Amino acid sequence: MTSLAKHIGWIALAVVGAFALGTVALARGETINALWIVVAAVAIYLVAYRYYALYLARTVVGVNPLRVTPAVRHNDGLDYVPTNKYVLFGHHFAAIAGAGPLVGPVLAAQMGYLPGMLWIIFGVVLAGAVQDFMVLFVSTRRDGRSLGELVREELGYAPGVIALFGAFLIMIIILAVLALIVVKALAESPWGTFTVAATIPIAIGMGLWMRYVRPGRIGGVSVVGFILLMLAIILGGQVAESPTWGPLFTLTGVQLTWLLVGYGFVASVLPVWLLLAPRDYLSTFLKIGAIVALAIGIVVMAPELKMPALTRFTDGTGPVWAGSLFPFLFITIACGAVSGFHSLISSGTTPKLLDNEKNMRFIGYGGMLMESFVAIMALVAASIIEPGVYFAMNSPGALIGNTAQTAATAVSQWGFVVTTEMLIQTAKDVGEATIISRAGGAPTLAVGMAHIFSALTGGGQAMMAFWYHFAILFEALFILTAVDAGTRAGRFMLQDLLGTFVPALRHTHSWPANVLATALCVGAWGYFLYQGVVDPLGGINTFWPLFGISNQMLAAVALMLCTVVLFKMKRERYAWAAILPTAWLLACTLTAGWQKLFHADPRVGFLTHAASLQEALGRGQVVAPAKSLEQMQQIIFNDYVNAGLTALFMFVVISMLIFSIRACLQALRHDRPTAREAPFEALPGPSVSTGPVGRGM
Amino acid sequence: MRKELKTLAHGLRQMAYLMVGLPDYEAYADHMRRAHPERPPMSRGEFFRERQAARYRGGSGRCC
Repeated sequence: MTSLAKHIGWIALAVVGAFALGTVALARGETINALWIVVAAVAIYLVAYRYYALYLARTVVGVNPLRVTPAVRHNDGLDYVPTNKYVLFGHHFAAIAGAGPLVGPVLAAQMGYLPGMLWIIFGVVLAGAVQDFMVLFVSTRRDGRSLGELVREELGYAPGVIALFGAFLIMIIILAVLALIVVKALAESPWGTFTVAATIPIAIGMGLWMRYVRPGRIGGVSVVGFILLMLAIILGGQVAESPTWGPLFTLTGVQLTWLLVGYGFVASVLPVWLLLAPRDYLSTFLKIGAIVALAIGIVVMAPELKMPALTRFTDGTGPVWAGSLFPFLFITIACGAVSGFHSLISSGTTPKLLDNEKNMRFIGYGGMLMESFVAIMALVAASIIEPGVYFAMNSPGALIGNTAQTAATAVSQWGFVVTTEMLIQTAKDVGEATIISRAGGAPTLAVGMAHIFSALTGGGQAMMAFWYHFAILFEALFILTAVDAGTRAGRFMLQDLLGTFVPALRHTHSWPANVLATALCVGAWGYFLYQGVVDPLGGINTFWPLFGISNQMLAAVALMLCTVVLFKMKRERYAWAAILPTAWLLACTLTAGWQKLFHADPRVGFLTHAASLQEALGRGQVVAPAKSLEQMQQIIFNDYVNAGLTALFMFVVISMLIFSIRACLQALRHDRPTAREAPFEALPGPSVSTGPVGRGM
Repeated sequence: MRKELKTLAHGLRQMAYLMVGLPDYEAYADHMRRAHPERPPMSRGEFFRERQAARYRGGSGRCC
């Protein structure tokens, strides 16, 4: 085949992608079909995978298919197992996909679908997938070590400690935000609360069965668990309507907060097999199933996008979150475009399972493209809802009031025409008392998914309510799993940290040490959760940007590590592939951090907000969010805590930048590679290499 | 054709198990037989419990 003929199909695909992208970008006034977005995204992903990812693999980092991987070198059948690349892809994708790519794009839709779509597509190709791939490469070449260890080894001890400390803070913010999404979705919703509560006995039953009756067989019991979940959703509808049971499951945000904090504490000290593991199985399978179903649903339904390409809120006056397009759009959509958390997975279990370096491109780069596609689907789901309904669901009560009537009036005044009846009907369709001010992404996404799924299955309004609660359950389930697992992980981190001062606290088998560390960890995220729940602007408004900033900063740290490694490998002439996304992330996160601290608009800047309240306090005047002078003081205190946290994140990332530049300069002074890779060892011949796992498919 | 379908089903099953952190037991047993014939491998139940505990032993946690 001539070289041109080899590329002709890809050129055609690129043209298709460009045409679809142009159609989406240039559509003005007329509505367009969601499939244009899907086609544009998929075509660009494929072309990027074929060319850019291949360039990264062959030229930038130089993967070596003959080099032994940690899985082969240390094969123990447990942690280190050479694994078929498709099987590993599933493992990696299930580990990186979470609530992030589903929520961010929904919130970003307030500026219209176009900015979010462009950032998701180009962000993943040039930043997110690059990070996941490169970290996988760096970790695989170093026996599958974790990000913290890698930073310590390649950059030094102090940067290692700073990075770990940053990771702990990020964990706390993530747990608080995730828990906040659940509270926002379940508050005043007896149906949702009942189904989510029902997952606890279902999971415990599964756990006992897997532990004592049929250990190691998870297939059948997961199917039974799934059927019970579906029954719980159906039963939830009856419970919500029952005059005795309904009120019992109708809880306020504050009540749910205390329940979640208590739950987080108890769940994370229970043995893992009882509750965490079985619910993890359920949530993982449900997550993958729902994502596949959503993809099929969008293609079959081919919905029209009702959200405009750009709304008037690109100027930064939007009600869902405050701040202008740059930098806040790039903060709001973190996962799906680039997510620092993936660097923990790419340097976690995945490099220990990789059978050959040549599969890094498929797992690392390809896995992230898949996650990005999930984000595109979430954006589509949010954009097929009537914009008026979208804004009524996502704007804080402080702006649109708490009734359908006030919300309809306020949102219509912004130019998104919606009637009181429409809002009441939408709530009725999905089996809820109200849908007003349910920021947090989950309920909006659930309405969108309910539209798509009920178009697929038919069944009218009854099915609509079922699918809405299915979507809520699916999100709540894996968020609760993350809260549980995250609290455990945070507890270990904290015990490690505290252990440097009081060695007794490090013993993870000591009951008092465990309880203390767990309580501190739960208390930390519980504090932010409570603060978010009572916030009249809805909490998400404040915390989602903080979460985005921290997640993107972790990505910047990971990419700086990759840059340093490229310099140490004497491949600095290709290091732009890592420097380019790093520079962009630094620009976004540092600008956003600076604005969160000092912006003159009190909706954006924490310190300005605190100052305006302080001034009112001086006059003895109670201003809107607060209802008393004590509350005012509380809000001012919270502002300072949030500002301090933002400043800490900025400190972490700036100090990492300085350490990285220093390490790069040192590497340049050497005339030979100084990267600390595991020594080269040739891959053994196929006759002795792998067991059955390496084959198949 | 049937053989391909069987391999596919086997692969999908492995994928589902590994998604929740459980590697293939047969591969483990096979590895132990070849590499460490002197040591008795864990039973399926022991293997399951060991892997389950290892998955949540701390460290990175899951994504956002």
